[in-house]
Amino acid sequence: MIEIKGLHKSFGGNPVLNGVNLNIQKGETMVIIGQSGGGKSVLLKHIVGILKPDEGEVWVDGVNITNMDNNALNKVRCRFGMLFQGAALFDSLTVGENVSFALKRYTALSEKDIQEKVKEKLALVGLRDIENIKPAELSGGMKKRVGLARAIAMDPEVVFYDEPTTGVDPIMADAINNLILDLHNKLKITSIAVTHDMVSAYKIADRIAMLYQGAIIGVGTPDEIKETTNPIIHQFITGEAQGPIPH
Amino acid sequence: MNPIIDFLSYNLRRMAIPVGGVGLLFINTIKSFRPPWERENIVNQMVQVGVMSLPVVMITGLFTGMVLAAQTYYQFHKLTVETAVGLVVGLSMTRELGPVLAGLMLAGRIGAAFASEIGTMTVTEQVDALHTLATDPVKYLVVPRLIACAALVPILTIITVFIGIAGGYVVGVKMFGINGTYYLRNMSEYMCPWDIMGGLVKAFIFGIVIAIIGCYKGFNTEGGAEGVGRATTGAVVTSCILILILDFFIVFIYKGLGVG
Ligand SMILES: Nc1ncnc2c1ncn2[C@@H]1O[C@H](COP(=O)(O)OP(=O)(O)OP(=O)(O)O)[C@@H](O)[C@H]1O
Ligand SMILES: [Mg+2]
Repeated sequence: MIEIKGLHKSFGGNPVLNGVNLNIQKGETMVIIGQSGGGKSVLLKHIVGILKPDEGEVWVDGVNITNMDNNALNKVRCRFGMLFQGAALFDSLTVGENVSFALKRYTALSEKDIQEKVKEKLALVGLRDIENIKPAELSGGMKKRVGLARAIAMDPEVVFYDEPTTGVDPIMADAINNLILDLHNKLKITSIAVTHDMVSAYKIADRIAMLYQGAIIGVGTPDEIKETTNPIIHQFITGEAQGPIPH
Repeated sequence: MNPIIDFLSYNLRRMAIPVGGVGLLFINTIKSFRPPWERENIVNQMVQVGVMSLPVVMITGLFTGMVLAAQTYYQFHKLTVETAVGLVVGLSMTRELGPVLAGLMLAGRIGAAFASEIGTMTVTEQVDALHTLATDPVKYLVVPRLIACAALVPILTIITVFIGIAGGYVVGVKMFGINGTYYLRNMSEYMCPWDIMGGLVKAFIFGIVIAIIGCYKGFNTEGGAEGVGRATTGAVVTSCILILILDFFIVFIYKGLGVG
């Protein structure tokens, strides 16, 4: 349902994406792994149309969204939810207003139903009674979880997670993994997650893709990835300093 | 080869790109100027721009009017035309000093606030988040700020002007003992409604400049806290310079239209 075709992107002459090709099926959880600074966040932003590629295309359900104007793109985005690496909560709004942001704009729900929904989504990420405080008062991990609640508030069909488990404690990380699994199993949500947390990757992924030097160098199920013969992927998933990846 | 020409051409070229960007943002803002309105944001910005700027423009108006009256009095006293002090204060405040000084002060206050708020949102990906929540940042952030500035900078300017004229009156009549009746009569006889209207039209234009430049600098912020600082300074300097340059040309436009 999401096809990424030959995506190229440079920033100030610095190539970041160098011909990325990747297909993500409906209902699957695709985990993209790769080095820090390797362009994973940049890739996600291309899929949701925040960044425009120098070359290449992004197709969603058979529609090319690469050069869509903002109005048409916003219709597509209504079916998306995105968790940003730094949470990207609106700091002028309260936690509750952040989570209900899209609900208030794009649904006809009553104020009461919206509040209920906000409570429900916050509970899903393990948070209670924080609707009225501002993001500045939250810890990094709490912000991340509020960001996650905001991403799933509209019950999207596709959710993008940029490092969902980074910056939260191991127990909470596992709870977030379970949440992603739940959304996948119960609601058949398509998920695209970016992470360097291999524990999380193995747990949630249907397939794992490795982004290296601006291209996808391997895609496979977690078992296939574990058994890989590609020395670069092998070095990355085992986390060894010794190997072909320069650092 | 000629360092001065090099310097000028370098800076002119550097300025060309932003001019296009500012124009584009302005056009996009006008295009987004339709319902549904971001009511909450509009009210918030009105409060920020209008209410919070009151002290600044009141002090600006008061002291400008007072110093203008004092300086004019000292000169006119020698020629014994003191009763014209009111006219000088009135004309200068309505036509030039009111709109320009209020514009400059507000560029410092409001333009800086816009650039730093939106700049912070840009570098912390909040602007990106707006996109993913299917919300147009121009509609959500710029339109409310433009409405607040276009509506309230003229009103703040009127306040500056009237407080300036009142301050001038106090200094001229109460301090220096000019005949109050003549002071007011001279002022009202030789001033026309256009003196005030012309100033307001200027203020309206300055309001648009402050809003668009502040937002433009905010959206084009790069690189963390330092970048936000740079965007803020840039917004203030650029809008102040634009206000001064536009003010000069508006005089001739008014003359050309036969209203000056
Ligand atoms: N807006 C931008 N302007 C210029 N360069 C950028 C921009 N966004 C990203 N980059 C550059 O692109 C490269 C990839 O960045 P990206 O954030 O995608 O990395 P990442 O794989 O997500 O890393 P991490 O795992 O640390 O989050 C980096 O070198 C970064 O400096
Ligand atoms: Mg990243």
